[in-house]
Amino acid sequence: MTFYAFFGAVEQGFAYGLMVIGVYLTFRILDFPDLTVDGSLPLGASVSAVAITSGHSPLVSIFMAGGAGFLAGMITGILNTKFKILHLLASILSMIALYSINLRIMGRPNMALLGQETVVDRFREWTGMLPQHSTPLLFAVICFAVVAVLIWFLHTEQGLAFLATGDNMQMITSQGVNTDNVIIFGVGLSNALVAASGALVAQNQGAADVNMGVGTIVAGLASVIIGETVFGDKTVSRALVAALLGSVLYRIAIALALGMKLGSFSITPSDLNLITAVLVVVALVMPRIKRKFLAGRAVQ
Amino acid sequence: MISVTGMIKAFNKGDVNEVTALSGVDLEVADGDFITIIGSNGAGKSTFLNALAGMFPIDAGRVVLDGTDITRWPEYKRAALIGRVFQDPLLGTCAGATIEQNLAMANKRGLKRGLGKGVRTRDREFFREKLAVLGLGLEDRLKTHTGLLSGGQRQALTMLMATLVRPKLLLLDEHTAALDPKTGAMVLDLTDEIVGTEKLTTLMVTHNMKEAIAMGNRLIMFHRGRIVLDIKSEEKKNLRVEDLLQRFADLRGGDGVVSDRMLLG
Repeated sequence: MTFYAFFGAVEQGFAYGLMVIGVYLTFRILDFPDLTVDGSLPLGASVSAVAITSGHSPLVSIFMAGGAGFLAGMITGILNTKFKILHLLASILSMIALYSINLRIMGRPNMALLGQETVVDRFREWTGMLPQHSTPLLFAVICFAVVAVLIWFLHTEQGLAFLATGDNMQMITSQGVNTDNVIIFGVGLSNALVAASGALVAQNQGAADVNMGVGTIVAGLASVIIGETVFGDKTVSRALVAALLGSVLYRIAIALALGMKLGSFSITPSDLNLITAVLVVVALVMPRIKRKFLAGRAVQ
Repeated sequence: MISVTGMIKAFNKGDVNEVTALSGVDLEVADGDFITIIGSNGAGKSTFLNALAGMFPIDAGRVVLDGTDITRWPEYKRAALIGRVFQDPLLGTCAGATIEQNLAMANKRGLKRGLGKGVRTRDREFFREKLAVLGLGLEDRLKTHTGLLSGGQRQALTMLMATLVRPKLLLLDEHTAALDPKTGAMVLDLTDEIVGTEKLTTLMVTHNMKEAIAMGNRLIMFHRGRIVLDIKSEEKKNLRVEDLLQRFADLRGGDGVVSDRMLLG
């Protein structure tokens, strides 16, 4: 792998870093498998693209994207808690609805940001660095700042209630916490991060596309799982950093896979979803097989 | 203190599987009463406790706690007034959180949770003092995840958490049934100590008649969703298992109210 490709992978990893942290919040902390993210990533991209082209600051557009993502996530949370729709189904419904909403927001399937100034350009000018260095740096700074805030939050009184809601709902309800509100807020927060990530990706690649969210949840899960396998998840703080670094490792792994050649066979970008899905299956099944193997040995 | 009138609850309404779990329960509990509740399986004891805790809406009746009508209050809101220990030791504590984090969450029961530090340094000393009372050495393991504790340790911790903020009502639902006899006895001693020193108004469901007689100042028995026996103070002090069996037989005409488990427990 060339240095250029390596920095590209790191850049991608941090650009999708907020998305992975969002997936970590729902999947691991709230125990809420949330497919809304496949819709909220392009939602963030669309909102940001439309905001920028209509003259808003690119930085402000990221917050607008986050706000839109928060609303989308809240709706999933409300469908689940107030209308008692299974979490997975509730999130699929939001995801499908968002496809239409994203088309409405942009008024067309994709929107280019050519000639528009983005946060990526501004940061490059400000630092005076090469774009292949300044962009990953910018995204890394944003991701670590968000991780730091989340680590602080998860150690507050509210944060403990948030953690407990995913761990033991009966326990935290008996301690007087309205878990419906926690779930609605939590899924909202997660999707706000995912949408903000979508805004960053759109500004980085110079376009928003209604189909750019396909497979987001699987990429997010793969990153979370790679992160906790490699870096460990003993404490929440560690698991959050691990998820973020997992996102980078995942993109590096993909860059490596794309460079692979077996005779006349080479992996193309269109194979990535398959590879990612297989990766997630292996990662989810491994602990089970490991336990079985260890149990089998214990019997002997 | 607590007044329950005409409480009715049926599950699977309108279904062939409809079960009337509570068919008109009336109960007046005085401040500081420690009531033990017995009854065969399906008599409605646990349903009654869960209804008091607000886990589901009741079909009819009223629950008034300390002058406040809480009949329509959701479970999380009632939690401000009610402490609970469950039969399943895993239900009462959060496995992924440390002992001090669990206690910190319990220390905020019914209070507003903000963005202040979850576990404060000054709370730690208070937690250590409280944990030392359990005599399990947990005071030196504040940073241990509760998932690593035994069932008995978790149940003792739950008992402490349920009473850390003084509850107006303490609900114990067969909280020693899932423990081995020795650990169960330890948790029961702890219950007696905490309820006794804090003079907590308590309802305790048990399958064990000896326990039901030995503990508390009042004993009630459920049968088919109703309270069929209510033995108070002086009368309860002189009560023996044989008397109780005789009362059951008289009341129900010996239709299998008493299970082996109640006798052997």
